[in-house]
Amino acid sequence: MVSEQVVMRAKYKTSVKDPGLHGVLIMTEEKCVFMPNDPTSTVKVDFAFKSVKGHKFTKEAPNKQALLNLTHDAAPGGGYIFEFSTFQDRDVCREFVGMYYANHGTISWFSIDFARKLSKCGQATTAPEKPVVTVHDEQLSQAEVERRMKLLIDNSELQKLHKQFVISGVLTEAEFWATRKKMLEGSTSRKPKQKVGFKSAMISDVKPMTDGRTNKVTFNLTPEIIHQIFAEKPAVHEAFLKFVPGKMTELDFWNKYCRAEYLHRTKNSIVAAAEAAEDEDLAVFLKQDDILANEARRKIRRVDPTLDMEADQGDDYLHLPDHGILRDGGKEITEIDSHYEQYRRSLAHDLNRHAAVVLEGRPLDAEPRDTRAVAVALRSKKVELSNEASDGTGNQERLDRSSRITEIEDLDAPRDPPIAPLCIKDPRDYFDSQQANALKTLGDTLSDTKPMKHRLNSREAYQSLRESIAEIKSVGLTDPLLKPEVALKVFNGLTQNISSTKYHLGKNPHESFLDNLPNQTKDELLHHWTSIQELLKHFWSSYPITTSYLYAKVSRLKDAMVQIYPKLQEMKESIQSDFRHQVSLLVQPMQQALEAAFAHYDADMQKRSAKGGERPNGII
Amino acid sequence: MKFQIEEVTVYFPYDNIYPEQYSYMVELKRALDAKGHALLEMPTGTGKTIALLSLITSYSLSKPSNPPKLLYCTRTVHEMEKTLAELRRLHSYQVSLLGTSANYLALGLSSRKNLCINPSVVSTESRDSVDAACRKLTASWVRALAMENPNVKTCEFYENYEKVGSEAILPPGVYTLADLKVFGKEKGWCPYFLARHMVQYANVVVYSYQYLLDPKVAAIISKEMQRESVVVFDEAHNIDNVCIEALSVSVRRQTLEGASRNLSRMAQEIDRFKATDAGRLRAEYNRLVDGLAQRGNLPITDTWLSNPALPDDILKEAVPGNIRRAEHFLSHLRRLVQYLKGRLQTENVEKEGLVAFVASIYTQVGIDQKMLRFCYDRLHSLMLTLEITDTDEFLHIQTICDFATLVGTYTRGFSIIIEPFDERMPHIPDPVIQLCCHDASLAIKPVFDRFQSVVITSGTLSPIDLYPRLLNFNPVVSHSFKMSLTRDCICPMVLTRGSDQLPVSTKFDMRSDPGVVRNYGRLLLEMVSVVPDGVVCFFVSYSYMDGIVNSWNETGILKEIMQQKLVFIETPDVVETTLALDNYRRACDCGRGAVFFSVARGKVAEGIDFDSHYGRLVIMFGVPFQYTLSRILLARLEYLRETFQIKEGDFLTFDALRQAAQCVGRVIRSKADYGMMIFADKRYSRHDKRSKLPGWILSHLRDAHLNLSTDMAVHIAREFLRKMAQPYDKAGGSGRKTLLSQEDLEKMMTNGNIQEMLF
Repeated sequence: MVSEQVVMRAKYKTSVKDPGLHGVLIMTEEKCVFMPNDPTSTVKVDFAFKSVKGHKFTKEAPNKQALLNLTHDAAPGGGYIFEFSTFQDRDVCREFVGMYYANHGTISWFSIDFARKLSKCGQATTAPEKPVVTVHDEQLSQAEVERRMKLLIDNSELQKLHKQFVISGVLTEAEFWATRKKMLEGSTSRKPKQKVGFKSAMISDVKPMTDGRTNKVTFNLTPEIIHQIFAEKPAVHEAFLKFVPGKMTELDFWNKYCRAEYLHRTKNSIVAAAEAAEDEDLAVFLKQDDILANEARRKIRRVDPTLDMEADQGDDYLHLPDHGILRDGGKEITEIDSHYEQYRRSLAHDLNRHAAVVLEGRPLDAEPRDTRAVAVALRSKKVELSNEASDGTGNQERLDRSSRITEIEDLDAPRDPPIAPLCIKDPRDYFDSQQANALKTLGDTLSDTKPMKHRLNSREAYQSLRESIAEIKSVGLTDPLLKPEVALKVFNGLTQNISSTKYHLGKNPHESFLDNLPNQTKDELLHHWTSIQELLKHFWSSYPITTSYLYAKVSRLKDAMVQIYPKLQEMKESIQSDFRHQVSLLVQPMQQALEAAFAHYDADMQKRSAKGGERPNGII
Repeated sequence: MKFQIEEVTVYFPYDNIYPEQYSYMVELKRALDAKGHALLEMPTGTGKTIALLSLITSYSLSKPSNPPKLLYCTRTVHEMEKTLAELRRLHSYQVSLLGTSANYLALGLSSRKNLCINPSVVSTESRDSVDAACRKLTASWVRALAMENPNVKTCEFYENYEKVGSEAILPPGVYTLADLKVFGKEKGWCPYFLARHMVQYANVVVYSYQYLLDPKVAAIISKEMQRESVVVFDEAHNIDNVCIEALSVSVRRQTLEGASRNLSRMAQEIDRFKATDAGRLRAEYNRLVDGLAQRGNLPITDTWLSNPALPDDILKEAVPGNIRRAEHFLSHLRRLVQYLKGRLQTENVEKEGLVAFVASIYTQVGIDQKMLRFCYDRLHSLMLTLEITDTDEFLHIQTICDFATLVGTYTRGFSIIIEPFDERMPHIPDPVIQLCCHDASLAIKPVFDRFQSVVITSGTLSPIDLYPRLLNFNPVVSHSFKMSLTRDCICPMVLTRGSDQLPVSTKFDMRSDPGVVRNYGRLLLEMVSVVPDGVVCFFVSYSYMDGIVNSWNETGILKEIMQQKLVFIETPDVVETTLALDNYRRACDCGRGAVFFSVARGKVAEGIDFDSHYGRLVIMFGVPFQYTLSRILLARLEYLRETFQIKEGDFLTFDALRQAAQCVGRVIRSKADYGMMIFADKRYSRHDKRSKLPGWILSHLRDAHLNLSTDMAVHIAREFLRKMAQPYDKAGGSGRKTLLSQEDLEKMMTNGNIQEMLF
């Protein structure tokens, strides 16, 4: 804890609009006391932190009050509100409160924040903000919590379920979300995090600065620049891993690097060669990069054949030395100082390399801070990448590409639009919209299904299986695996089936019998349906019971279900007589499902106890 | 679609056809019927290649009794791949309509380096060592040795291929180089020798120019082709340069030193043979008395590049007596090398005709013209006798003999130029004897003579009457097609002034002016911020590009450009350039956008397309004149003036403008594509320069776009891009149709008004 006690001038308010009462707020380790300046005032606040359920505060903004609200059941407005003269004061207090929670761990920050947002958005929750306390037994990142929260806010049904089960303790937070992993994933993919790539500018091309008076030149290297240098110059990267910190310090290393850069800048390859001969470490930076050359050789095998100019070199018989016209000015003059060739470096080369690296994208997401760490991480990443690249699936792609390039687009007749993958986000919307169609054609598709032979002996089944296998072996699998026509037929069948059932017994916007029910009953019914679904899902997924944790969970679930069961019964009975038949039709399957669960539970318990008798150490 | 052109049913693998393509086919068919040569200029971006392939294959399908063979020559391997990809599409379409009767064999052919699948051979780097490594495994004496001694390594792929003998055939279909390799791996046959063998039977062969033009290569690869073949030179605007390069050789100090080393090694070999197997040398001598008749009976693996002079020029007579003996021949060669060494030691530039040069060789070292002429063949024979497999070690002496044979064969159309140094870098002594050919018709003459139809086609052959003179032939059809555009999808502009209204040019006195450099930089900077996707810049030379990019880097313009787009540069290193291009395409594909800096007359300008989003704008910085102080160029100009009465200035402008047109023409591929072209030099506004541009560019060059400054050009670019983004009617609306469907074609044919639709 930062300090044992915080004393701060503040105003106490019962509500936000209340002008407030000046006084002194004293916070100690255990409790919080407010003493009004006016000794005659009857208001006195004194409560223990233990009883505080949560705390809220206003955002820091120039024209806003600095408020801190400690929610408390006993407080008049559901919480004690303090106003501070400055935000700094408020923050001190807030941190103090936070510290308390952090130490005692009864309240999680997230869940508090969470509940507040929930209550704001949820229409169902009633006015006094009732905080939710959840104990997290898993480590969650802030982002994940936010994602969950967003899901709950977007989906009121989910929120209700969450409230009902998680908060009441039937399910833990983790269990609740475990069945909804897909939803969490979906929401991440919906908003893919954009990675920031390298800058287009060549920042690795550090320019020296001179102060004009002395002969000193200064290079400025930032972590960002170093990261880019590593990516663009593998030889420097390798050297860094090799030399630092064993052979030289990091500063020495970069000194050498900058010296080499400076030599390059003077464009005097002879001096560079001389320097390199003296200092072998420096030579690493001055020579051309072998790693790059090897990489180029590897990459050239994968380029588009319509671009591959390297292949010409082999084909052209004029590449025999000394054949063709040598000096007509069209050819490039190459100085034949091969000894210094390896110390020459052209801007063109650097530009190409830079652009290639930018195009490949930043291999590391993390903000570069520690050079050594970056260097090591880059290497492991590179190994990964090269492993990926080595599987040769590129050939087909290359062919496709070359044939696409040779096509003349406008001579072809307009093509059918490409097939988009089917994506139904909410099946209910889809089936609702299809009801009209379904009714019209219901029976059409079902009638033309082939007569099936239902009774097969195992011999026949085996025979047909063998035939299919043989067929697949000879013909190969079709791609896509399912013929589009077949898929469409199945899909139509399903659509019609489900939609028409819905029509008879569902919530048709025009004529659903649910709409005839009183609103409350309808909501209740639907709510029961979803909660039973949720419970059953968890119930069945915990079988077979292998751990005591599952055992506890099942019994918890069972208790919750037992509570719902009479409610259903009650609803069935309390309903008006003209709806009773329909409602009981709906409630019936729910009850049956519950009964099945109960029966299974009982049977399992019996077995367990019987077994337990035989084997006391058996797994529970 | 399929339609009739007179009696030929043409199968065209698309649903629509451009009218230009149709009339191109009509002209082409006329040439084929007349069994004559053709010269056809058709704008880039109108599907020239597919029209050509489609007509010629359909033509041979319509003559099942004696189908003409198609020899399709491309300049580069990647163009070969592109052509084969189009052909594959065409072939599958024809097969789908006609069934197996449309089956034919089409294949690409390249050197061992691109076709070898033997891992131990292919791991070597350059072409020459792949050739040598292959020879070490497949030469006839090596294989004979391997029969006796199992420790001698041979190539399993070649052995497998040889074992099946004539059974080894490619089933009909279209084979790119990659396909050949895959097929070879599957069967375990050597794809190179399989392809070499199948070339005789294939209906379509796609290979590089040199396989027909360079007599050394042509004699071994293309000698079996029948006269009824149709030869196509695609993208042939540079064909005269290819021809003269094929017959030019230069000798440098290193060459001569290497040749001396080669000679002493051969002398050792001869001594060794004399001691162990004198019979061989005697046998060779006897064979030479009978003439060089052994060529042709050599096993396929032993052939190397044949005589550099044209086969017809080699007299069918025996090798002169005084070089029949191996040691005599070697001493002759030694004397020749010595003579050339002496000539290299000159202080001044010397220029000489061939007759004088041969005479001086004779007086100085006593080698006459006939001996010179037989040098190459005699060397070949000797190396075979000595069983030399590492031929890449002997390249120097081959060059000398090559040189000698050419000198001994021709009397006109060549000159010898000896320079003590490159005049652009006078401080570095680098003496060289150059034998340069000035007459493009020499190399291409046998092609015109041997094959009944030769088609020369390109997007830029303007002025079209110049080519028959340069190549010395009489085309039966010579036509330049216009381009019908559905909308103005090309936008050529001439930019004469920079943003400060001062003129820009790459004229020699202006090019390094900082104002011009800055204005060019600002132009590019403004353009990259306006134009989406890919932008391509062409510079007049490497050194100019290097200089200007460096100064942009120093002044910070480059940095600003990089804010907008990634920058890639062509470098003399082919591997790096290829990778840069690959990355450039990926940058355009992913929407990042990129600029590519390239060089007119460079490898990229020659054969890489920047169609659709790979190139929305081409900027040609300057006029790509040749280096006019080059002695070789001056000699050639002189020859052209004397022989063909072509003025120097005219030829230089023609040459520069065809390069410029070629550069900017890479931007468009079809009528649905669009692109802008900026000619950034004040000299383009002059009529004498501009009028040399091909017609299809000129017809879209509006008067208002002839004298622009940077700000005006940016404005026009904005307008143009906005206009191009609008939807349009592909068929060309009410007026003249720019896209014909099957129905349109049939209607035209029944009404007989084809002519008015065409160009």
